[in-house]
Amino acid sequence: MTAMLKVDGLDAFYGRVQVLHGLSLEVAKGEILCLLGRNGAGKTTALKAIMGLVPPRVGAVMLDGVDISLLRAEDIAKEGIGYVPQGRRLFAELTVAENLEIGLMARNSPRHARDRVLDLFPVLAERLHQRSGTLSGGEQQMLAIGRALCLEPAVLMLDEPTEGLMPAMIQRIREVVLLLRAEGVAVLLVEQRVEAVLPVADRVLFVENGRSRDCVRASDLGADHALLHRYVGVGA
Amino acid sequence: MDLGPYLMLASLEGAVGAAVLALTALGLSLVFGVMRIVNVAHGEFYMLGAVLAWWVTSMIGGHPALGFVAAMVVAPLVVGLIAAAAERLVLRRLNYDPEATIVATIGLLYVIQQLALSTYGADARPVPAPIDFRIQFPWFGYSGYKLCVIVASAALMLGVWLVLTRTRAGLMMRATQYDPETARAFAIPVGRVYAGVFAAGAMLAALGAVLIVPIQQAHYLMGHDPLLLSFIVVIIGGLGSLRGTVLAAVIIGMSDGIISVFFSPTLAKILATLLVAFVLVWRPTGLFGARAA
Ligand SMILES: Nc1ncnc2c1ncn2[C@@H]1O[C@H](COP(=O)(O)OP(=O)(O)O)[C@@H](O)[C@H]1O
Ligand SMILES: [Mg+2]
Repeated sequence: MTAMLKVDGLDAFYGRVQVLHGLSLEVAKGEILCLLGRNGAGKTTALKAIMGLVPPRVGAVMLDGVDISLLRAEDIAKEGIGYVPQGRRLFAELTVAENLEIGLMARNSPRHARDRVLDLFPVLAERLHQRSGTLSGGEQQMLAIGRALCLEPAVLMLDEPTEGLMPAMIQRIREVVLLLRAEGVAVLLVEQRVEAVLPVADRVLFVENGRSRDCVRASDLGADHALLHRYVGVGA
Repeated sequence: MDLGPYLMLASLEGAVGAAVLALTALGLSLVFGVMRIVNVAHGEFYMLGAVLAWWVTSMIGGHPALGFVAAMVVAPLVVGLIAAAAERLVLRRLNYDPEATIVATIGLLYVIQQLALSTYGADARPVPAPIDFRIQFPWFGYSGYKLCVIVASAALMLGVWLVLTRTRAGLMMRATQYDPETARAFAIPVGRVYAGVFAAGAMLAALGAVLIVPIQQAHYLMGHDPLLLSFIVVIIGGLGSLRGTVLAAVIIGMSDGIISVFFSPTLAKILATLLVAFVLVWRPTGLFGARAA
């Protein structure tokens, strides 16, 4: 299986402070890889480094065999990475329709990309002209995912998408992620809680102090309390 | 003259001032809103617009309207280019740091002013009005050109509003304003948006100056009052709030005109500055600005 997204030995810094130390990972088409690790482990920074928002100083980011780590951030999205940031980061003063439009503009996506998003999340269709900051938490998360899907991405990266949501919303987001996997999207999912990961992930990569550690199949993880205990402090 | 017609005349004068002020302050507000930069050199872009208008109209002969139309195009374009260059060479290198850019734009203010003094000189020079007719009211006649200034300024502001709300470029600007990092993650070239916004802000000041220069003469120190009034307007309107800026410009411009006619221009400036102090004390986010979360 060839990797759609392959990250190799990333070092990233905030100013002089090094946060990522040779982080590596691989996600194939139609696969969900979950990054799991404690608060402050460097999961968000890993996604930002891939997006070029925190440019990596060392290492390669290969997207479908092409190194994108030297591109400017505004050119990386165009290569086909949809990003759902932690805390959603909607353009809160803009309407739902405008947020989606920004997703469409990124790669000049066809109109049906938007229809597709509205099919997946029908609530958004009813709220198109509402200011996105006034949506409920779950609706905002749907919009954040919808905005990323407007790019028709080959790789979708979600940073703690279920944080603080009600179970019904979590379920809907899970279904959509599984649907995208079935369509061949490579999904990189960041979570802090194991319960959020096990039902969807194919593989789990543990992140600790900015380093990639053990990588296991999700199906093997249920039994392995030692790993969970070590990296996220639960399950023992 | 009775009080009624006198008040009407004062209001007309106020409306002309308000129209040009709104345009100029809109430029300052746009730059602050999107880039979080306090552009102290804004008044100098205004002055450059006026000086360039004089220069263009004096080069082009024939009917005054010809030269004026050319100035309406050339002056903002040149000023926009200068502003974009300043953005690239100075502001970007300072990483748009809020404090460093204040100091840098103070420097820019003096550079532009001294360049104007050494090339254009210290004289005030008039530009002929493009149209020459008077509207005769029962009590007094009034310059038709001044009424055109109000209309032109309103049309330009409507244009700015349409660009911001109805175009892709406008959407990119607003997205950059609310969250530049996420904007970049969605392929918005934030650096180019900043250069464009800084140039557009300066061009609005230049357009205001081209409109005013048949009424006031072009002079190398003429940027001071518009800068002061624009700051007052932007603070009262709520930093970065475009609607607030226009409303505040109407309030300040009208009262400035009326108080200047009835009392004195100095009193008008004193009152406006006092108003700013009150707004800053009682409603620091401005009359129409969003409250801090
Ligand atoms: N903007 C920033 N500036 C400086 N340090 C940061 C910044 N963002 C995160 N960090 C630090 O980098 C480390 C990793 O953070 P982060 O990637 O957000 O972790 P996670 O997403 O796994 O919780 C933490 O120690 C955090 O304090
Ligand atoms: Mg995080």
